Amino acid sequence: MAAHRLSPSLNRLLLAGKYASFWTRCCAVHGYAQYSTACSPNEKTFDKILIANRGEIACRVMKTCHKMGIQTVAVHSDVDASAVHVKMANEAVCVGPAPTSKSYLNMDAIMDAVRATGAQAVHPGYGFLSENKEFAKRLAAEGVAFIGPDTYALQAMGDKIESKLIAKAATVNTIPGYDGVVKTVEEAVKISQDIGYPVMIKASAGGGGKGMRIAWNDEETREGFRFSSQEAASSFGDDRLLIEKFIDNPRHIEIQVLADKHGNALWLNERECSIQRRNQKVVEEAPSTFLDAATRRAMGEQAVQLAKAVQYSSAGTVEFLVDSNKNFYFLEMNTRLQVEHPITECITGLDLVEQMIRVAKGYKLQHKQEDIPINGWAIESRVYAEDPYKSFGLPSIGRLSRYQEPLNLSNVRVDSGIQEGSDISIYYDPMISKLVTYGATRAEALASMEDALDNYVIRGVTHNISLLREIITHPRFISGDISTNFLPEVYPDGFKGHQLEADSRRELLAAAAALHITAQLRSQRRAPSVATRCPCVKVEVDGQWNLASPLLPLAINGTHRMLQFKVRVLSKLAAQLNSYMPEKVPEDTSSLLRSPMPGAVVTVSVKPGDSVAEGQEICVIEAMKMQNSLTAARQAKVKSVHCKPGETVGEGDLLVELE
Amino acid sequence: MAAFTAALRSGALINGLRASFRTLPPVKYGAVAAAVPPTNLPRGCRWSSASALSVKERIDHKRKTALCGGGQHRIDAQHKKGKLTARERVELLLDPESFVESDMFVEHRCSDFGMEQDGNKFPGDSVVTGRGRINGRLVYVFSQDFTVFGGSLSGAHAQKICKIMDQAMMVGAPVIGLNDSGGARIQEGVESLAGYADIFLRNVMASGVVPQISLIMGPCAGGAVYSPALTDFTFMVKDTSYLFITGPDVVKSVTNEDVTQEELGGAKTHTTVSGVAHHAFEDDVEALLNVREFFNFLPLSNQDAAPIRECHDRSDRLVHSLDTIVPFETTKAYDMLDIVHATVDESDFFEIMPNYAKNIVVGFARMNGRTVGIVGNQPKVASGCLDINSSVKGARFVRFCDAFNIPIITFVDVPGFLPGTAQEYGGIIRHGAKLLYAFAEATVPKITVITRKAYGGAYDVMSSKHLRGDVNYAWPTAEVAVMGAKGAVQIIFRGKENQAEAEAEYVEKFANPFPAALRGFVDDIIEPSTTRRRICRDLEVLASKKQLNPWKKHANIPL
Repeated sequence: MAAHRLSPSLNRLLLAGKYASFWTRCCAVHGYAQYSTACSPNEKTFDKILIANRGEIACRVMKTCHKMGIQTVAVHSDVDASAVHVKMANEAVCVGPAPTSKSYLNMDAIMDAVRATGAQAVHPGYGFLSENKEFAKRLAAEGVAFIGPDTYALQAMGDKIESKLIAKAATVNTIPGYDGVVKTVEEAVKISQDIGYPVMIKASAGGGGKGMRIAWNDEETREGFRFSSQEAASSFGDDRLLIEKFIDNPRHIEIQVLADKHGNALWLNERECSIQRRNQKVVEEAPSTFLDAATRRAMGEQAVQLAKAVQYSSAGTVEFLVDSNKNFYFLEMNTRLQVEHPITECITGLDLVEQMIRVAKGYKLQHKQEDIPINGWAIESRVYAEDPYKSFGLPSIGRLSRYQEPLNLSNVRVDSGIQEGSDISIYYDPMISKLVTYGATRAEALASMEDALDNYVIRGVTHNISLLREIITHPRFISGDISTNFLPEVYPDGFKGHQLEADSRRELLAAAAALHITAQLRSQRRAPSVATRCPCVKVEVDGQWNLASPLLPLAINGTHRMLQFKVRVLSKLAAQLNSYMPEKVPEDTSSLLRSPMPGAVVTVSVKPGDSVAEGQEICVIEAMKMQNSLTAARQAKVKSVHCKPGETVGEGDLLVELE
Repeated sequence: MAAFTAALRSGALINGLRASFRTLPPVKYGAVAAAVPPTNLPRGCRWSSASALSVKERIDHKRKTALCGGGQHRIDAQHKKGKLTARERVELLLDPESFVESDMFVEHRCSDFGMEQDGNKFPGDSVVTGRGRINGRLVYVFSQDFTVFGGSLSGAHAQKICKIMDQAMMVGAPVIGLNDSGGARIQEGVESLAGYADIFLRNVMASGVVPQISLIMGPCAGGAVYSPALTDFTFMVKDTSYLFITGPDVVKSVTNEDVTQEELGGAKTHTTVSGVAHHAFEDDVEALLNVREFFNFLPLSNQDAAPIRECHDRSDRLVHSLDTIVPFETTKAYDMLDIVHATVDESDFFEIMPNYAKNIVVGFARMNGRTVGIVGNQPKVASGCLDINSSVKGARFVRFCDAFNIPIITFVDVPGFLPGTAQEYGGIIRHGAKLLYAFAEATVPKITVITRKAYGGAYDVMSSKHLRGDVNYAWPTAEVAVMGAKGAVQIIFRGKENQAEAEAEYVEKFANPFPAALRGFVDDIIEPSTTRRRICRDLEVLASKKQLNPWKKHANIPL
């Protein structure tokens, strides 16, 4: 087995040399990232670090390593063999096949890779093994540094039940709830009734919204318990659950802490992460518009108290729920580098990865609390490969046939681990990148974000840029009036896309017409010169008219706009004649249950001939580690079943046909 | 021939038509045309040739009548079926106001079965013919008018089509036929058959001289199907067009099969099962607009070079996504269309037969503005192997490109010919030979890129150096070999132990581009990202390529 794994790794070592020039290119592109690019050359840390992760976070960590002159080792699954993080690393080792449980969660293989490459430390990124005390222990046993807190803190904070007890003891505000593991469905119902609905059921070992369900009554508690334990088992290998009071309409604000091994700890201000869907963050900003200096200090100090109580070292995040009266409750502590850490780096100027590496080596913190500034404002949008028109984002997969990050703009940082030609597969998180913009004020950062989203070119997969752009331009968001219920409140019927106003519709039509004419003229080989006229209003459209570019910068009535579109313009004649064309009748879909996303079938609860009631569960599809229950749209008899558990299905695949 | 006559006899459509003419009241415009001379002219000068006024009026009247085809209610009926009229189609296909009509005054000459009556004469008869421009480029067009006798083909109808085809040949311009016809004009009998043959002959004479495109926009049955079949490209409109030798009724009576028109000869059947049609479009408008786009790719004749359009896509653009497109596992599939889209100008690829024999991809694109023909094995379907259907599909496309000076770019990832009794009994040997023949005889610039596998005889076939490939590249992932490692080792080391070791040795030796590169069978091993840049440069150089095959009356491709 070991030999089997070693031979691809040797192969990879050979290939690493071939792609050396790639790193140079990457550096040049990302050279102006908004965190400290300087580091003290005299502080000797490690010679070689293995990054036990993939995607953007692996690339992010490698950037800092290379800045600090540290050699990097990537691990990867076989489908990731040509991923960006693999090319970026100085060495790479294949640790198994695509499923995470066999590769990125495969401790034996990763330990082998550590030994084979002689890495002195391991950075776990987030997710995967980042909060796994077993992994940290095994590294420690072999004298390899784990870049994160020590096993005691991991254990204490990694368990939500224990962490709550410790927080209480450290006089940190906590949410009312049941302090213990819930073992059975009936127990869950009883506890929920005791606490009072609504309640939140979540995985004891969880994080990132996985294995988390809200229940408003007994029935939902039972269903939630079942789902959460399955999800928890598949995501974390630990199906223990806990239940607590669910605070309705709260804000999610978290404090970044940084501590060393000498008992020093700092709070690096807050991140506002209230814009979420299905408990996963979508847009984050730092600082929060909601906190005043006193609340910030109080939260920061409690966070530091907690960190000290568990002898925390390295970077960590203390998450709080904040209600409308600025009461805050400890939610959990994430004992790792957080996805949204870049916005903290932007406003503080610290390189958190560099600090983590220093601390892991045993150095003392360089800063004092009063040295930690809030400089300007930073916003992060999580760009996902998902369809925002389906419950604010259901995963989509595909190959990025065209991909261009808006790095031509200033004050933009893009953390990504993919490039043109990369595949977004069903095996891993569908995040494409983290788009971060920075400004002296919130308004400036928001304006940059709008520009950056307009300039972002993603083709080949469905993405959520349209939703992100709607959020950051929504009056409620701009005024800072947000909560974790923002999306369902603003779009009660789901996201339907941008609603055009008359003016912008005219402008777009004019631009489309101009583009069409340009293409027509080119076909006739005449020089393009365009002035478009709409029936009532004159709209001047001027531009570069490069028909090959995915981005079309236009001046519409003197306003500069960045457009991306594919137009189908009909001539007047064609439009008239089009009215004779028959409407193609789409198939009746109420009797067909199709997969809303690519994924794997977990269970099928019906067989042909069964009668199902409206809303009854028909099957469960797991995609990107989320379990989605598909239900009958109406009462009917099952005609045929076209899927079976364990099968992989694509988006739109027929699963079950009703009569 | 039996089938042919059966079709004509069977023509339920045609018989129905004749019946309807007997029962319907006279057509509005037809009736007026018949009534004009007596009412408008003074009795004394009725037969006087000197009345310029009356002639002018008659001209105007005939023109007006011709524009209305078979009359308003038949036009409405046509629209109700979701179809456009012959004239609307021509207007939409051509540049505005560019259509120059010919033979508007031609009428049929049949005098049997009451056809001689004025009410049964329509100026222009059942086809609209003429010339026009598509994006300023000359084209000849005929458009069959279903509102006149169901678009049936009379002697006059055929004569009109032949006239424009002759002229198209003379000036060197493509012919586009818009087919919407019930079949032969049964009242005319053998004259109608002669008309078909006249058209067939011209289709054959024009073949390889000017591009010929058929767009089936309604029924096309019996002998009529052979005109589209002889043209270079046949496009269909979904749900409203049919192509078959004999209709469902005859099929039922002869073979006792129950089949609908759509199943027997609809767009889906011909674009996925039979391979008769090259593309299907949603509706008339969609189809006509797409033919305009398609026309942009074509040269006007075999004397014309492939057209060059102003190009906004940099010819030296590096395509980094190609560096990672071929998976590490040689058994894993990828989509050849991704390579094509990433390489060509603006990802603009007009695929021919996208749903038939999908293991080979063919179609038109541009490189630095210049039209090229793309041929690629599709690893996603049947591992990209060559079989009967894909060989024929590829061969026909390659021959079109060669006939019309369009350079051919071939992307190779082929594990070989598909084995099996079905293929052998079906004649894979002679059908596979067609593709080999087509590549070998082609004298246009030929550029080949081996992306991964190029195994066995299929390697030779796919525009290899040995078949006069001008520039042959291999990507680092290329494996040019007689067969895959496993099969080869089983033969070379039959009965020996340590097969795995031998396999590894074989992979080391042959599963890479070196053996071919060492012998000069590939000109260079290139980074995939530079593929576009290199092809664009090569095409510039090869633009002046001159190569002649030995004189022959014509070659004898294994049909």
